[in-house]
Amino acid sequence: MWRKLHFYPGLLAAPFLIVLAITGTILAVSPVLERSSAVVPADGQISVAQLAQSVVKQYPGAEQIKRTPSGAVIVYYTREGKPGADLVNPETSETIGLYEPSAFFRWVKDLHRSFLLDDAGRLFAGVLAAMMVLMCISGAFMLARRAGGWLPLLRGFRGSGDGRIHSELARFALIGLLLSALTGSYMSATRFGLLPEPADSEPPFPMEVSGGEPAPVGSLEALKSTDFHSLRELVFPYPGDPRDVFSLSTRQGAGFIDQATGQFVEYKSASTGNQVVEWIMRLHTGEGLWWLALLLGLAALTVPVLSITGIRVWWSRRASGDVPDNVSPADADTVILIGSEGNSTRGFARDLQAQLSRAGRCVHSADMNELAEAYPKASLLFVLTSTYGDGAAPASANRFMERLAHFSCSGNLKFAVLGFGDRQFPRFCQFAKDVDVALACHGLDRLQSPALVDQKSPDQFSQWGGRIAEVTGLNLRLSHNPAPPPLLDLELVDRADFGVEVEAPTSILRFRPRAGKKSLAQRFGKKSDPLLDFHAGDLIGICPPEDNKPRYYSLASSSDDGLLEICVRRLPGGKCSGFLHTLQPGARIQGFIQPNPEFRPAPGSQPVILIGAGAGIGPLAGFIRKNDARHPMYLYWGGRDPQSDFLYRPELGCYLRDQRLTGLRTAFSRTRESAYVQDKLNEDAPNVRQMIEMGAQVLVCGGSGMATEVRAVINDILKPLKTDIESLKKDGRYLEDVY
Amino acid sequence: MKKYFVVVGFAMALVFSAAASAREVTLNTQLTNYRGDGAYLAIYLTDSNGVYQGTLWIAGRDSEYYKHLRGWARGSRMRHAEYDGLTGASITSGRTLTMTLNLDDSFIDNGYEIHVDTAVEDRRDNRSDVVVPLTSDGAGKSVSGRGYVKSFTYNF
Repeated sequence: MWRKLHFYPGLLAAPFLIVLAITGTILAVSPVLERSSAVVPADGQISVAQLAQSVVKQYPGAEQIKRTPSGAVIVYYTREGKPGADLVNPETSETIGLYEPSAFFRWVKDLHRSFLLDDAGRLFAGVLAAMMVLMCISGAFMLARRAGGWLPLLRGFRGSGDGRIHSELARFALIGLLLSALTGSYMSATRFGLLPEPADSEPPFPMEVSGGEPAPVGSLEALKSTDFHSLRELVFPYPGDPRDVFSLSTRQGAGFIDQATGQFVEYKSASTGNQVVEWIMRLHTGEGLWWLALLLGLAALTVPVLSITGIRVWWSRRASGDVPDNVSPADADTVILIGSEGNSTRGFARDLQAQLSRAGRCVHSADMNELAEAYPKASLLFVLTSTYGDGAAPASANRFMERLAHFSCSGNLKFAVLGFGDRQFPRFCQFAKDVDVALACHGLDRLQSPALVDQKSPDQFSQWGGRIAEVTGLNLRLSHNPAPPPLLDLELVDRADFGVEVEAPTSILRFRPRAGKKSLAQRFGKKSDPLLDFHAGDLIGICPPEDNKPRYYSLASSSDDGLLEICVRRLPGGKCSGFLHTLQPGARIQGFIQPNPEFRPAPGSQPVILIGAGAGIGPLAGFIRKNDARHPMYLYWGGRDPQSDFLYRPELGCYLRDQRLTGLRTAFSRTRESAYVQDKLNEDAPNVRQMIEMGAQVLVCGGSGMATEVRAVINDILKPLKTDIESLKKDGRYLEDVY
Repeated sequence: MKKYFVVVGFAMALVFSAAASAREVTLNTQLTNYRGDGAYLAIYLTDSNGVYQGTLWIAGRDSEYYKHLRGWARGSRMRHAEYDGLTGASITSGRTLTMTLNLDDSFIDNGYEIHVDTAVEDRRDNRSDVVVPLTSDGAGKSVSGRGYVKSFTYNF
């Protein structure tokens, strides 16, 4: 629902909101400019009487003194029958320059508040402001849902592309945009009478004045007792009219002052309502609050980008076949829950949902993290989930188990779990198996024991559909075939070999990517080829000759390094690693990039602890290379013999020297010390503990044996902090890339 | 290029006294190119001492801003009955307001004055931008204002 509320108004309003935002940003500059040129005397230094006295000396024909919210003082006067307006220095009343309101700002202001169309345009701008409020609120709920709660929203997002840009920008701009939109809506609503306006703050004109001889302006009591800083405006009496009065307007109120007695003849304090309205105006315009103006201007500047990325996200959702009609949890008779890391499981879930809908079921589909407290009408529950790393929950399911505790199931709800994974990993589909057990323990009936799909096999998926069709009697023909990833041509540029002497032959291979044919989109302005957009930590899938099963290697470089670098250890009997080790410079292979945005150091200046062994150093070295901001980064790495398999030795030295790497601890198993990486962590336990307490993030890359040992050590280190790896993982602070 | 706003004011408060002695008066107010938003104008009558007698026309629809027409605001005390039915659109920089109204003969050649107060957002307010005695001799003679009014003429 939020998505619809967010998108459709957004699409309609986008071009106009962009106009409002850009003009708003330009207008935000004005308080900053005014402030920078204003002379501001100290509090209590000058009274309005002093100011008026010295102004009259400089400008005998002074008619009006105005102090703008940013502190500039304008004097309106008539000299030799000609009207004039000057900016003056309030301390000396000397002329700073002519006051001429900028025609450009005036035009921009009119464009901003009325699209140059007077009342009709003002009404329209007001409606847009209200729509913007709606967009902010619906957007906030979507952000919170995406981040997994309101608090995690503060930590930011992982992921990539338009969606990431949209969410991150929105996260920062939200408060500013909401403030501008709310205050704008309010101003418009009072103007058109939808909201009551507080009564005018000015008293009525006095009926009677003393009519005595006018006293010098500097001697008037009422002006003497008013500080310069509360002045808004002082209007002088019409020359030669003894019945006229001074009109004074200040922050506290407004009134009229007798020319002769210097006392207020009428005075009215500003009501609370007036002050509130004034604050609302200031919060909108930033007048007199130059820093707020700057922040609001920056927030407004995100609107064009948000509009464009928002439309693109929507478009790509549509193009990839949006979810068919999603029934609400309360009405659904069938529920599909999705646990997905990189979105590939969603394609299968969509196919299942489409087929079930066609078979007449009312289907509700959601992320596993969105498990409702009950599905009152549901009789079927399907859970489709991948597994992350070594048996952990994928991103869209990491809070499923907690939520399950609050789930109450109706009597006849039957479930079936379908796991997605890769048999090359030891704990194949472990999370799917865990979910299956947890649901059974929670008292749900199994429709079928868990089925596991290896490497996104369309055949296994449709076979599972056949079995479900049999037991449910529904007519299902599942046929989802994930689109094969586009292949990249790679040419080996050079290789460096290590570890042959210690039975751990490992090579750093560097390939030059060769772009394929340019797509239409790339010809029209898109700068980077999405095929060639990768980061250290992403994976490259490579199929050895005569084998269609891809093996994945972590990338040690990013696309802007120009080369694609991997670190591969030749495994005994390893088909793909063996093949890669035979390659000589100039050889060509094909591969495809699989983004792995989850395994990346979090942005921010918290320390990062990198832990790896053997070829696992690849992506870690890539992270260090990219650490241009010189955030604290520590590497713990284990090899066999420094004489033979010390990978990246010269590079690491270089990174230490230029402080991209803060500290390096190495462990070698075939030296006299015979140490492993976990031993070094143990030795450094107090340091490691302190860094984690400070908010450090841990990234582990390497074989599963090492990862298990490291987990044990880190859990020991964490014990005094009353936390463990599981809770770090939930915060995205313990990441593993394990093979 | 000039655009004329032609407003025909029908017999109003000032005017209703006796059908026999009313005269049709045309007022022309041309504004300077002051480069700003639409100007608010108050055209009103005073006696020879400058004491407010009645409103002829208010250009500008938002009564919130009327207080900036200072001389008029003071005289009329901004009472709604004083300007009810005598308001129109604000006048853009450089344009001319032309309006016709019926005025009792007794106001002419009797020491009465026409005043024009003007105000523009974010700019100065001009009390008595124009002050001109209402006489048979003055008819058809253009007077220049000291604020946003370039020239003011009345004819009858």
